[in-house]
Amino acid sequence: MVFNDFLTMRHELILVCMILLVLIIDLCVSKANKTVMIPVAISLFLIHTIIGFLPAQSGVLFGGAYHSEPLTVLMKNILNIGVVIVLLQSAAWLQKEENREKISEFFMIMWATLTGMYFMISSGDFLMLYLGLELATIPMATLAAYVHHQTKSAEAGVKFILSSALSSGILLFGLSMIYGTCGSMYFDTIQTAYGNAPLQVLAFLFFFSGMAFKISLVPFHLWTADVYEGAPVNVTSYFSVISKGASAFILIIVLYTVFHSIAYLWKDVLYIISIITMVVGNLFALRQQNLKRFLAFSSIAQAGFLLLGLLGANEVGMTATIYFVLVYIFSNLGAFGVVSAIHAKTGKENISDYNGLYKTNPLLSLLMMLSMFSLAGIPPVAGFFGKFFLFTSAASAGYYWLVFIAVLNATISLYYYLMVVKAMFINKNDNPIPYFKSDAYTRVGLICAALGIFVIGFWSQIYEIITSLAFGVIK
Amino acid sequence: MNILTLFVVIPVLTVIAILFSKDMKQTRLISAIGMGIQLILAGILVYSYLGMRKAGITDEFLFYFDALWFKTLNIHYTIGVDGISVAMIALTSIVVFAGVFASWTVETLHKEFFISLIVLASGVFGFFISLDLFTMFLFYEIAVIPMYLLIGIWGSGPKEYSAMKLTLMLMAGSALLFVAILGIYFYSAPAGGQLTFNLLEIAKNKIPIEMQRFLFPFAFIGFGILGALFPFHTWSPDGHASAPTAVSMLHAGVLMKLGGYGAFRVALYLLPEAAHEQAWIFLILTGISVVYGAFGAIAQKDLKYINAYSSVSHCGLVLFALLMLNQAAMNGAIIQMISHGLMTALFFALIGMIYGRTHTRIVSEMGGLMKIMPFLGVCWVIAGMASLGLPGLSGFVAEMTIFIGSFQHTDTFHRFMTILATTSIVVTAVYILRVVGALLLGPVKNDHFLELEDAKWYERLSTVTLILSIAAIGIAPLWLSDMIGFSLAPMVDKINSVTASIAGIF
Repeated sequence: MVFNDFLTMRHELILVCMILLVLIIDLCVSKANKTVMIPVAISLFLIHTIIGFLPAQSGVLFGGAYHSEPLTVLMKNILNIGVVIVLLQSAAWLQKEENREKISEFFMIMWATLTGMYFMISSGDFLMLYLGLELATIPMATLAAYVHHQTKSAEAGVKFILSSALSSGILLFGLSMIYGTCGSMYFDTIQTAYGNAPLQVLAFLFFFSGMAFKISLVPFHLWTADVYEGAPVNVTSYFSVISKGASAFILIIVLYTVFHSIAYLWKDVLYIISIITMVVGNLFALRQQNLKRFLAFSSIAQAGFLLLGLLGANEVGMTATIYFVLVYIFSNLGAFGVVSAIHAKTGKENISDYNGLYKTNPLLSLLMMLSMFSLAGIPPVAGFFGKFFLFTSAASAGYYWLVFIAVLNATISLYYYLMVVKAMFINKNDNPIPYFKSDAYTRVGLICAALGIFVIGFWSQIYEIITSLAFGVIK
Repeated sequence: MNILTLFVVIPVLTVIAILFSKDMKQTRLISAIGMGIQLILAGILVYSYLGMRKAGITDEFLFYFDALWFKTLNIHYTIGVDGISVAMIALTSIVVFAGVFASWTVETLHKEFFISLIVLASGVFGFFISLDLFTMFLFYEIAVIPMYLLIGIWGSGPKEYSAMKLTLMLMAGSALLFVAILGIYFYSAPAGGQLTFNLLEIAKNKIPIEMQRFLFPFAFIGFGILGALFPFHTWSPDGHASAPTAVSMLHAGVLMKLGGYGAFRVALYLLPEAAHEQAWIFLILTGISVVYGAFGAIAQKDLKYINAYSSVSHCGLVLFALLMLNQAAMNGAIIQMISHGLMTALFFALIGMIYGRTHTRIVSEMGGLMKIMPFLGVCWVIAGMASLGLPGLSGFVAEMTIFIGSFQHTDTFHRFMTILATTSIVVTAVYILRVVGALLLGPVKNDHFLELEDAKWYERLSTVTLILSIAAIGIAPLWLSDMIGFSLAPMVDKINSVTASIAGIF
């Protein structure tokens, strides 16, 4: 192995270097000045993101366990953009008195999980996939429990680690069966050897259940709402956007390549799971009062929509899925950005607290409205395009009834998204959240999200780039 | 820049200009100027369209422009107009222009009001110029969603309930539509060919009949919900009654026409075989809309509800006539869309003006208003006469054409449905004349009414614009009828040519 080969895993290496840099710089900063770490860390990550866009070399490392190609680079870049926005939106909250002690830890842990996701996306081997998954999961529990003096946050951390352990166990069991029937952990070997023997079908189901935990598909969603509510807002937004996006990426790659021979089977599974997920997510979201729980269930419903893209099983399907994740990152971060800005200032996070918000904070309300419209799939914002292409993908495989059910569910979801709009614009409130000015980081973060919501839809070039890299289920 | 693109660009520019306005006076001035330009532009469009036809250009669509948008899915920004869409664009610009003046005194959140109103208008304009199903659907949804805020914030009565009901029902309609559009897309070319959303390209290809059978109900009901198809019309009375004046005008006047126009352009034109097979089901439903709407209007006490039910009846007639699938009836249907759009807008404008003075919309609480506000009273009578189909006004031309066309069918079923629908004319006369009597004539029931003033200049401008248009169509219907007929003929031929073998079950 020569130095040049190492550059194939440039994303991972640079991010690890950044983590170490934060650690070193943190040692040099006096305790009173810890907030300096925020601009330092954000600019370090920004550099990392920009380097990510430079032309990268493709290749295979570790005998096929790691592979890098334009598609995986694109996925990592999409995640990077999301993380930049999350970091910008976290700044105000990190500056608070009680968090100052452990600012650097926040960045380091978050980036560690991101490294895990990178490895998941680039894995060419189930062992690497599992390692990446664990690296992405275990530090995440510490993030959920970041505000450890709050019971809710600590509880969220414990809930997350327990349910993750369970799901990892299920996944590992599936992997062991795959190894038992195929005699290999490498994707390349498995995909040629995989058949529909009962044990292999069972193995797939176990593997899929493990992944379904990560994307929070019903019936594996039970941890979601509690963890989302308990974790700090910014960690929640990281959970719901980055972690979910990465899991969706890896799921689509594995389904389209490794499990291509049982495509007829996983299509049936996805068909049913997507319907259940959309319906349950929507029905629970209808009744939520807490915005974080609300967004948790809305994100469950969105995961149900996401499966429609996977069902296409062709280039259109993969493109639509990746594109939807990109759109979803911006729309959801728009919403979470507003929630976190308001939470950082006032500590309020109920929908009824937002009554009359438009009178006092018109810009925040407008952004929130746009994000809600984008999540609901209303034009002209990007969500419309994302949903349209997802459903096109399902229709391309002939699933017209599923598309119909999905669009009806989108209509139901419009109801609760509009309830938030109604609270801000229509409901009267004698004592609304007073006007406040957010700090520069938050504002930049919000503007980025807003730009994304507006631009991605109309800028067809983005879609074309993804298409040029996407592939269908291999034959 | 293509003149049609301007119809979308000008509203956007107007919205941007409104963002920088300082007070309510500036806001409404900017809106009036923007929509005035739009009206002039529509005039130029009609003039140059007629000129091009006169010069002998026989292309189906004029001002055609095509730009590739999403390459892999072959989504284009394709625009173009024929006689039908030109007429609809003219209607829209008149109603929006009148609507701006009808909402001259909106004070709460005036910027937001006019922005939402104009965004809505831009969606409608975009819909009428689109020839690509994707952009058509995009603009359709843009037109629907501002309605929620417009009714929810500036409405009256149970506004939140109505706004939500309207939005959700229309969005459910677009869910049906969405399936239809995707289905049409994936069968838009022979196997292996390049799929397309372009209406003209799809029309050249024959969609398999099994697929048409499946898709037609989706497409027709999807648009039908917007066109107040029974039993999916229930959003309409609540929505119209709660909406502020300009929004009722725009919604009943223009937005409901999106339903008729879309049902014709997409459902009937692209899925003709299925249309012939299934027309009878929807003829019965629309027949119910027509009669039930008229009777519903009789039973109402609130002026807005009366007019909303009357809209259900009249818009039902549009769909009814379209389903007759022959040249005369469909021609009538398009004229009915224009005619109803103008007169219902006039009605809603007048209701808004009267309500603004009397602060009640209950018919029994008013009376003798003709003496107090003669201008508004006369306008009301004119609108009523147009609505019940008095010769010389637009309603007569439309309904006459529709019923003559419908009666051209020689079988019992179509004739029976036609006769049934004709009864609505009588019922319409009942509720129109009863309201005229109770509202305008008789003794003044409330002494406070005696001090009320007649219409202001902006109100006069709003109503006169609409009345002139109604009278113009009524007195000289031929130019409109020719303009529509020329474009309609090839489409009707297409709808009927492929289906000589299918006669329906009746």
